[in-house]
Amino acid sequence: MNRLSAGPIGGGSAASAAGQYRVCGNCRKVPRQEKRVQVSPPLTRGPSAFIPENEVMQANGLDERTNLLVEEYSTSGRLDNITQVMSIHTQYLESFLRSQFYMLRMDGPLPLPYRHYIAIMAAARHQCSYLINMHVDEFLKTGGIAEWLNGLEYIPQRLKNLNEINKLLAHRPWLITKEHIQKLVKTGENNWSLPELVHAVVLLAHYHALASFVFGSGINPERDPDTSNGVRLIAVNNFCVCDLANDNNIENASLTSSNFGNVMVFLQIADSLSELEALMERMKRLQEDKEDEEASQEEMATRFEKEKKESLLVISGAFDDEIVSTDVSRYIEDPGFGYKDFARRGEEHLPTFRAQDYTWENHGFSLVNRLYSDIGHLLDEKFRMVYNLTYNTMATHEDVDTTTLRRALFNYVHCMYGIRYDDYDYGEVNQLLERSLKVYIKTVTCYPERTTKRMYDSYWRQFKHSEKVHVNLLLMEARMQAELLYALRAITRHLT
Amino acid sequence: MEKMARVTTALGGNTITGRTMFCHLDAPANAISVCRDAAQVVVAGRNIFKIYSIEEDQFVEKLNLRVGRKPSLNFSCADVVWHQMDENLLATAATNGVVVTWNLGKPSRNKQDQLFTEHKRTVNKVCFHPTEVYMLLSGSQDGYMKCFDLRKKDSVSTFSGQSESVRDVQFSIRDYFTFAATFENGNVQLWDIRRPDRYERMFTAHNGPVFCCDWHPEDRGWLATGGRDKMVKVWDMNTTRAKEIYCVQTIASVARVKWRPECKHHIATCSMMVDHNIYVWDVRRPFIPSAMFEEHKDVTTGIVWRHLHDPYFLLSGSKDSTLYQHIFKDASQPIDRANPEGLCYSLYGDLAFAAKESLISSDSNRKPYIGDRRHPIFFKRKLDPTEQFEYISSSSALSVFETDVESGSMDWFVHTAKQYALAGRPLAELCDHNAKVAKGLDRNQVAQTWTMLRIIYSSLGTVSSANLNHSIGKGSTTLPLMNSFNLKDIPSGLGSESRLDRSKGESRTENILMDSSSTLINNEDNEETEGSDVPADYLLGDVEGDEDDLYMMDHENPHAEEQEYSLPQEAFPLRHEIVDNPSALDHLQDKADSPHVSGNEAETVSLTPVESFSLISISHSLYENRLPSDFFNPIVRDTLLFYAEQGDVQTAVSVLIVLGDRIRKEIDEQTQEHWYTSYIDLLQRFQLWNISNEVIKLSTCRAINCLNQASTTLHINCSNCKRPMSNRGWICDRCRQCASMCAVCHHVVKGLFVWCQGCSHGGHLQHIMKWLETSSHCPAGCGHLCEYT
Repeated sequence: MNRLSAGPIGGGSAASAAGQYRVCGNCRKVPRQEKRVQVSPPLTRGPSAFIPENEVMQANGLDERTNLLVEEYSTSGRLDNITQVMSIHTQYLESFLRSQFYMLRMDGPLPLPYRHYIAIMAAARHQCSYLINMHVDEFLKTGGIAEWLNGLEYIPQRLKNLNEINKLLAHRPWLITKEHIQKLVKTGENNWSLPELVHAVVLLAHYHALASFVFGSGINPERDPDTSNGVRLIAVNNFCVCDLANDNNIENASLTSSNFGNVMVFLQIADSLSELEALMERMKRLQEDKEDEEASQEEMATRFEKEKKESLLVISGAFDDEIVSTDVSRYIEDPGFGYKDFARRGEEHLPTFRAQDYTWENHGFSLVNRLYSDIGHLLDEKFRMVYNLTYNTMATHEDVDTTTLRRALFNYVHCMYGIRYDDYDYGEVNQLLERSLKVYIKTVTCYPERTTKRMYDSYWRQFKHSEKVHVNLLLMEARMQAELLYALRAITRHLT
Repeated sequence: MEKMARVTTALGGNTITGRTMFCHLDAPANAISVCRDAAQVVVAGRNIFKIYSIEEDQFVEKLNLRVGRKPSLNFSCADVVWHQMDENLLATAATNGVVVTWNLGKPSRNKQDQLFTEHKRTVNKVCFHPTEVYMLLSGSQDGYMKCFDLRKKDSVSTFSGQSESVRDVQFSIRDYFTFAATFENGNVQLWDIRRPDRYERMFTAHNGPVFCCDWHPEDRGWLATGGRDKMVKVWDMNTTRAKEIYCVQTIASVARVKWRPECKHHIATCSMMVDHNIYVWDVRRPFIPSAMFEEHKDVTTGIVWRHLHDPYFLLSGSKDSTLYQHIFKDASQPIDRANPEGLCYSLYGDLAFAAKESLISSDSNRKPYIGDRRHPIFFKRKLDPTEQFEYISSSSALSVFETDVESGSMDWFVHTAKQYALAGRPLAELCDHNAKVAKGLDRNQVAQTWTMLRIIYSSLGTVSSANLNHSIGKGSTTLPLMNSFNLKDIPSGLGSESRLDRSKGESRTENILMDSSSTLINNEDNEETEGSDVPADYLLGDVEGDEDDLYMMDHENPHAEEQEYSLPQEAFPLRHEIVDNPSALDHLQDKADSPHVSGNEAETVSLTPVESFSLISISHSLYENRLPSDFFNPIVRDTLLFYAEQGDVQTAVSVLIVLGDRIRKEIDEQTQEHWYTSYIDLLQRFQLWNISNEVIKLSTCRAINCLNQASTTLHINCSNCKRPMSNRGWICDRCRQCASMCAVCHHVVKGLFVWCQGCSHGGHLQHIMKWLETSSHCPAGCGHLCEYT
């Protein structure tokens, strides 16, 4: 009931400090919607709204390793919800925490408060108040100037200059050109040095992607150890702990209908079982006989285009203009700027990014590591880890080679960002990823704030939650890599 | 292009001539390869696949292999190789995973011969067997290597690297059956072409992907590898374990390596990112490339020596869409631009300087410095007659300049560091103690500073009477006199005080200002003081007494200084200039606007005997006892800044620590940090580890404080299996044995473990101590004579 109690408190304190700060827009909404909120309380009180608490707990209940990791790498010193959910995949968690810790706390060109503020800016692009709250706290703890939290008008011009690249990176990374980089690097007194810029870009990409994970896994707001802490959090930061992900209108709408939907789920179980079988069958076929139908090159190219185009259609329903709470909007400029399909932009006809011409392994790594030493290794390890992570299981089946499936997920995300692999047959994506999954992927990577529990539930019904978290990890890392590739390519072009 | 040389070499019948030249390609190149006869080159890339003939003065396009209306991805080449036996045969690796062979002998326009679509991912490399016509090898992103017989439709054998992608495959030039493959995870594998089931040998060559490898054309066992970790390594494979014999550190990831023909130790490299140059290294001289080609404007993607036996022509293709022929004569030689000079200070102030002999000798007509005791040492390097391109000056001279032992002595520093008390006692005591220490070392000025600090910051009642003794009476009598003197005779006062330090100088000038601008205030002050009753001068007295000391010190100072500050930089005649320095005046004028200045001046007076008017204001305020505790902070700050500037960071830091919060806020963090680091650095140079640690601990800077929290881990290996112990210090996870047993009591040691560095036996601290009291042999019975100190 954390949210219900936190709401009024947040509102109260915000009101009391209204002279100084604007009232939390989201909380002001609470009284109006109170009825509805009570109808649909969070499904669980665990770390995630999508995943039952015991699923997470049983995985990490006594996991000494996780605790050790948290002790070593957590910046806040506590086991937050993200970590809890990720700890389902401990192997991955380690590389994740290590790289995150490195970019937030270890040697780097940017001062600590800057790093957290950049994290806030990045999270704000997706209105991820969970991450914002977390970093507002850390920002103050590391000696940040409280005034900056009032919004973008209060921060130094230098940080403000980062807005443009933040916006592009979050929604349409393919638009980043070397001119953007030049604008940041060569502006006299407010210029960014390249190492600083790379550090900032890594942070931005990391937190955009992490926002995807937070929404994709329905991470609940932090449960405060005690109420006094909660009050403190609100009083100090003037931040409402209500979570936009759960308070989304769409979410609420979908939840009310999901009771009804449950009946349907039962009916569909038999159906989905065979779905699973079919999926595995297709995977097997793909793995075994590759050259049965030798698709012509033209065909391959069109398949990519088709997949790219189709990703256009994959979006559920129309959305109202999002209600961006003032808490969040004060960190962003141009809130209307969002993902626009790569494929749709026919009139400008942007060239496809050929993955082979600028790969992470060959190019991205070298550049990043050169300008911001050691982060390359950490990211490299993380990407590799997530790409190769497998338990050889699929739902109830064991000993399955999931390589094709993982690759399809990874490449599909890149496809939406216009990155094409010559050696990949995009027909596979069509065969392996069902429509509901595509909807989910697209939402999580491109509009994470619109993710709903229904979307999460509607794909792969037979799969375990841990497997869905795995999917989220893949999406997150694929997205991060895509953003990094575009940004780093622009930097490389600037350099040459 | 006029500087470009024209080179002709005769090579067993056919001659190669040419000059540095280039041609524009239509698209970025990914790889290039030459025909056996060195007359043609093939360039391949995503959007280009052409053959050029290499003419005397230019490249001429011979053939475009990219045919068809809408070229398929099969033409998008990641690599290309020209067969060294059959000049009609080429193979390409396509980014979509297809291996294509081309037969130039075909009559049709499309020369495509065979298509192997067995790889699932991009093929990174193709390689023909050096002597076998039909044997082709490929390495792909999917982790497999495949060997094709061109007479068959499918691969003959598949080799699984059991790991991530294969980056390079190369047939050994000398061993018929062997090939090397490099991997993304840093491994290199050696395979026998007849045994597809298992590699013959594997070793980790690099940290991160190994992008390329090349067998030495003459030396059977040598393999060069280049990796993303910016290293080029040369391995000797003749031994049972691959041995790294040379290592070259470059500045960017290494994309290609190619041994230079006919030069045993030369190797050409190019990079994949950031760096566009091509380097030719002598692996024995890994720090500076022996030649460098700087023509390309984007990364170089392919390099190849034009002819197997000609070391002077290098061809290269690049992302900037150019194809170059480089001639060795035109290469820039970084060694020419390098300054072969070295300069180093020793701990005791000796200076060593090494330079080319020619440079030194040309200088020799200059008179040597007084302290210059040269020990010229000459090194000669014998010229290797086989290395035509080594015309590096081969002799250098080393001179050592010694400083006087006495003048360079830093004894005072060490003594002070050891004896200063920085914490743990009341402020007054600390100051007294430190003052005594300073005095003991004849550093009167510092001693005086400490005494003053005590007076400023510790409560007034505790002032010891010793300081008061002579001053009370004097103070009251001299007061009016000096007052008048001050108002008129500043210039002469300045002259008499020329020895005072800079901060004093500044404050004095401030006072001049005051005189002109705010006499009124002064007068008021004066009046007040004068109006107040004389008994107050008990307090007034100490201040004056102090000041008296100072006064005396002024006379001693010149010679005292000479003794204690023997370092040259401390003997800079700063003071002389500053005293009547108009710029100092200007500087102060700015300050004078701020209302705080008057406070400032008031304090300065305690340093300068002449300006008694502000003295009065001090005593007056002291008397009134309403001074805020931080009243003196600006002057103390200036003092510290002065010391730091003088190079005596020791005093600055010590005062900073002793005063702690009282002064900390006055000095900005960065300066403090800077002082701390310099002081700690100095302490560590003198191996005063304990003191430096104490300073770190006492410092209030966060950055400094965490210094001694870094790398506090001691890694130990298990004594049984010799592997690192990860979890606990006493039990090894791997061999499940208790690693650290006490040699005396044979129990596990969980706390302090002391061991002999000679025989590495040890045990509980207490046990070992006791044992070694009675015996001098190792308790384990190994016969080692252990020593416990």
